[in-house]
Amino acid sequence: MALYPLPIAKYTVAALGVLFFLVLPLSLHEYYLSIANLVWISIIGALGLNILVGYTGQVSIGHGAFMSVGAYTAANFATRLDFPWPVNLLLGGLMAAAIGAIVGIPSLRIKGLYLAIATLAGQLIIEWTINHVTFISGGVQASIEVPRPQLGTVVLNTHREMYFFLLFFVVVAIVGTMNLMRSRVGRAFVAIRDQDIAAEIIGINIFRYKLLAFAISSFYAGVTGVLYTYYFGIANYEQFQIGVSIDYLAMIIIGGLGSVLGSIFGAAFVTLLPIGIRYGMEAVSGVLFSEATVHNLIPALRLTLFGALIIVFLVLEPEGLNRLWRNIRSYFRVWPFAY
Amino acid sequence: MSAILEIADVSRSFGGVQAVQKVSVDIPRGEIMSIIGPNGAGKTTVLNMISGFYHPDHGRILLEGTDITHLAPSEIAKLRVARTFQNIALFSGMTVLDNLMLGRHVLMKSGVLSSFIYWGLAQREEVAHRKRVEDLIDFLKIQDLRRRPTGSLAYGLRKRVELGRALALDPKILLLDEPMGGMNQEEKEDMARFILDVNEEWGTTIILIEHDMGVVMDISDRVAVLDMGLKIAEGKPDEVRVNPAVVKAYLGETKTSEVRHG
Repeated sequence: MALYPLPIAKYTVAALGVLFFLVLPLSLHEYYLSIANLVWISIIGALGLNILVGYTGQVSIGHGAFMSVGAYTAANFATRLDFPWPVNLLLGGLMAAAIGAIVGIPSLRIKGLYLAIATLAGQLIIEWTINHVTFISGGVQASIEVPRPQLGTVVLNTHREMYFFLLFFVVVAIVGTMNLMRSRVGRAFVAIRDQDIAAEIIGINIFRYKLLAFAISSFYAGVTGVLYTYYFGIANYEQFQIGVSIDYLAMIIIGGLGSVLGSIFGAAFVTLLPIGIRYGMEAVSGVLFSEATVHNLIPALRLTLFGALIIVFLVLEPEGLNRLWRNIRSYFRVWPFAY
Repeated sequence: MSAILEIADVSRSFGGVQAVQKVSVDIPRGEIMSIIGPNGAGKTTVLNMISGFYHPDHGRILLEGTDITHLAPSEIAKLRVARTFQNIALFSGMTVLDNLMLGRHVLMKSGVLSSFIYWGLAQREEVAHRKRVEDLIDFLKIQDLRRRPTGSLAYGLRKRVELGRALALDPKILLLDEPMGGMNQEEKEDMARFILDVNEEWGTTIILIEHDMGVVMDISDRVAVLDMGLKIAEGKPDEVRVNPAVVKAYLGETKTSEVRHG
């Protein structure tokens, strides 16, 4: 099936390409690029989680841990064996895929909430292991510094350089996911989600494909972890705790389950929302309260507002930002008529 | 004519209930075989054993001489045995097209990497198999529904799409569990026509469970009758229709009528 059913989609993609590859990186301040970079990394993770949860219908609260598996695998290979980053990226992804497939084994027998708890156990076990096994975590601090990634002789130091580096992987992940979901393997995933009995009768080996979904999804998570590591220059398990697993679930639920575009929207939304809330509060700080009060309130209020906004969104549009976007699009397609 | 499928002395119980007891049926290649019987006779259990959902406690099932008694459903699909379900089991979130393409899952080969890259192997495969699926869409006259999610279709059309998905496997044997259940007369006639056409055009062997006796007697080459898990009759529709055991199973008391007639 064609990726672009309408010619206008081609132009839109071309325009977005110019915007994100030329206009934004060459005009924005480093600080804004650093925010964009966080969005890029989270898009990859959200796509991966959506393959598992949205498309295959298997829950995971362990993706934060799978990211840490990728991160520490890459960091160890980078510091102990001096492997270059592309090799570490691949190894981090593969290691996460292997661990993810193991954590996914219970999915043959259990579904829904029960599977969620099983993967939660995976999260906690992996967290504990990395934190306590010094061979993996590299000592008491449980953090390993990695050298900056290098392209040829160019060392990627600035946010602007990292922007292009990360955006490349985002494009690969987006196109790859769309391809996967429109061909044989992706269809089998959706079949398992929609009707597992019928999936089996048409010849899909349910167990194999569930594990495959866990592995692919965890591969994305592993790559996300490696990219975080190279972006921050350090692998630290505190960046991959259970809160991260839940953030990523929030991304795909808010963005839209079983949708590539939804993963992108959700990742951007959840990453940008706290920053947006902070800006908003700083803007009103002098007006309503004293500046000092606001600074004390910000951390608590940020979480509260974040939670409240998510609830509002889910009530108004349970199918996520992707559905909202489609409604807007179909509204303007026939504008100024109602239909 | 040689049998494509041999069901030999098959029994299956669930707890204390003997759902199927020592049933033997040979299904001749290229014929339409109906399995009928009152509710709870074990018809669907027989179908489930052929497609691998249940395995018989005793007895064997042979497909073209190969023992398939203990194969998993997905392995039996690879041997080109397709089926539909009594309560429609379509992938409701996907389009008609995707449902039919999924029917060809075992005939396709692309793995994760080639799917991820898509251009090249996976695309060639998609295009090749799409051709066959388009033929089926034409055959079933559902051209206008291609892009519709199957969950949004009317009941009769969903039944038709499910038949399409089974046909997409290019099956040697097609198992149909009440393909006309819940349909109106017109839809039944359409479905009967499709079943006959499939049988004629591709020589597909069809095993059919159906409650509508009119349809069964019209389109079947052979009929097997189950009652309480036992096979009580088998033969051509006309022979089965007048078989006293069958009449008794369906109408219960034959004695009263005999008495009344003297």
